[in-house]
Amino acid sequence: MNNTNKPQRTPQETQAIVERSLRRRYWAEHRFRTYGLAAVVAGMAFLVYLFFVIFSNGMGAFRQTELQLTIFYDPQIIDPAGTRKIEDLHAADYQALIRAAFKAKFPDVEGRAATREMTRLVSSSAAFDLQHSVVENPALIGTTEKRWLLASDAVDLLQKGRIERTLPEAERPLNDHQLAWADKLRSEGALGLKFNKTFVTGGDSREPEKAGIWGAVAGSFFTLILTLLLSFPIGVATAIYLEEFARRNRWTDIIEVNINNLAAVPSIVFGLLGLAVFIGFFGMPRSSPLVGALVLTLLTLPTIIIASRAALKAVPPSIREAALGMGASKIQMVAHHVLPLAMPGMLTGTIIGMARALGESAPLLMIGMVAFIVDVPKGITDAATALPVQVYLWSDSPERGFVEKTSGAIIVLLAFLVVMNTTAVILRKRFERRW
Amino acid sequence: MESAVQVERAGINLKPSGRTSEPSSIEMPVEPGKTVGNITVEDPIFSCRNVDVFYGEKHAIKKVGIDIGKNQVLAMIGPSGCGKSTFLRCLNRMNDTIEGARVEGSILLDGKDIHDKKQDVVQLRARVGMVFQKPNPFPKSIYENVAYGPRIHGLAGDRVELDEIVHSSLQRAGLWEEVKDRLQQPGTSLSGGQQQRLCIARTIAVNPEVILMDEPCSALDPIATARIEDLMEELRQSYAIAIVTHSMQQAARVSQRTAYFHLGDLIEVGETDRIFTNPRHKLTEDYITGRFG
Repeated sequence: MNNTNKPQRTPQETQAIVERSLRRRYWAEHRFRTYGLAAVVAGMAFLVYLFFVIFSNGMGAFRQTELQLTIFYDPQIIDPAGTRKIEDLHAADYQALIRAAFKAKFPDVEGRAATREMTRLVSSSAAFDLQHSVVENPALIGTTEKRWLLASDAVDLLQKGRIERTLPEAERPLNDHQLAWADKLRSEGALGLKFNKTFVTGGDSREPEKAGIWGAVAGSFFTLILTLLLSFPIGVATAIYLEEFARRNRWTDIIEVNINNLAAVPSIVFGLLGLAVFIGFFGMPRSSPLVGALVLTLLTLPTIIIASRAALKAVPPSIREAALGMGASKIQMVAHHVLPLAMPGMLTGTIIGMARALGESAPLLMIGMVAFIVDVPKGITDAATALPVQVYLWSDSPERGFVEKTSGAIIVLLAFLVVMNTTAVILRKRFERRW
Repeated sequence: MESAVQVERAGINLKPSGRTSEPSSIEMPVEPGKTVGNITVEDPIFSCRNVDVFYGEKHAIKKVGIDIGKNQVLAMIGPSGCGKSTFLRCLNRMNDTIEGARVEGSILLDGKDIHDKKQDVVQLRARVGMVFQKPNPFPKSIYENVAYGPRIHGLAGDRVELDEIVHSSLQRAGLWEEVKDRLQQPGTSLSGGQQQRLCIARTIAVNPEVILMDEPCSALDPIATARIEDLMEELRQSYAIAIVTHSMQQAARVSQRTAYFHLGDLIEVGETDRIFTNPRHKLTEDYITGRFG
């Protein structure tokens, strides 16, 4: 069959050539897959490490050491005059109650200095807690109660095993005496880890054991809700106008280029702009979620517009023609047919934009959301801070106790992100339709 | 350049004129506006004279004049890029949606210029329905596809009336028996031929006077094509139909009149039987005998 003297290759020769190249091709494919796999594994390893570090550091923030003392609500100290007036109850020296309780616990300790060291085992806020209970319930006066008090951050660290006992005394947050007392309390079961309600429900504080994340969560929540309410409709409307209605000319070209450029502007510049325009010119309240939201809206708009336009472009033109051919007006065409099909893509862009807005701290520093704010904001004009700014603030604090608070804040930030994205993904799934 | 992109996006098969194969010899010189055959009909629904279309710089349609009669099918044939789809899209002003497109000349629908300022384009498209090359049902249920037109135009007073319109439209499009049990399923779940009949049902649901069809069978198999062709014969009893087709057999089967386009010129118009048996222009003859195109 192959005996004829043809210049062409025989099928066998062709096959041999193909086979040789096959091995090379498969090898290239194999190599590529290996690189890809290695990249994924490396990425996952870093992620796992990151989560491990954050969680091992941060979970402690959700538990807090408390110290049990027998408090005698001494009428002589709280209300010597016996008037039970609120002002007097407020003004009383509750620290003295704690001192007395410690003295009763350790009767052999003497001297003012030693007593002061001893009272430092509880948080300075413990006295306020006592004051609070007494003002709430004056009937307590004269009674005795076994009561858990918030321990100081140093005792908290000790309880969580974060203090090296072998360190020289001067380098430890607790001296030898305090260590001994704390150990005694622990052996009596008067020292325990409780769920840290303060951290979850309170605002910021200078004392690590009193610092809470809720102020920052509320600040982030108000800021992001407002950002979403502003940037999603504006962004989508802009995209629809540019994509479906505007004529292609020099002006729309300039607008398009500028939107793309805005997406790349460093966020701190938006912060300065917000400071100058919203606070400086319009006189809006500084440090407020309102201004934060306006700045973050400027920041996220380009992302949402670009993603929304891409989503609109991806809607097949045949759908537009079908609608127009049926006699739908342009706005009907967009509202009834194009928008529902583009919605998943638009939501994806919004998720990306909002995730970025949630993580932004630089522009918020500029508009004063970095201030030390103890109260939990109740509205969009109250002074507030945001989660990433809170992370920044705590990570910058010298007290050891803020280390775990920082990680705790990161955990809360991640949880916030997960909740937000899950909501968006569920929404997107609901809108998703095939055609 | 820009307009070419826009044109492609709109799904028109408009190739640069240079790529269209030229006939070897043109014995009769083509002169814009000099169409061979009788362009008029008695009692026309559409009456077009001196229609020019420009896509930016490109002169896509040159001085085309033709009437479309009531209760008849006009087939428009010609090689790719000859402007037959472009002309069809003039009739319901779909060219308005293409940026850089400009239409000149007079197109009268029932004696009134469709480019008149008083003519609303939405109303025009309700009177002149269109079926596209690729079946393009809305990504909604079968019911919603048909109900959409009556709904936006407010043709149905209540749900019962709307149900009736949907039923009769699907019936007339020959689709009712196949879909009556699954009206709530997506229109895209149907086969290609069913989808195209759904598009026809959708079009006739608003009770138009003219139906434009832009190569409605090019994406369909022969069986589905035959069904659509039968349907056209029925629809002709109530509507005027203008169809663009690449299949000369189809033109011969379904139409009463045929128009042959070539590079933007309307070369010849006539009774379909006459065009296919006795073409008067050399270009028409070359095309229908398969010498090019």
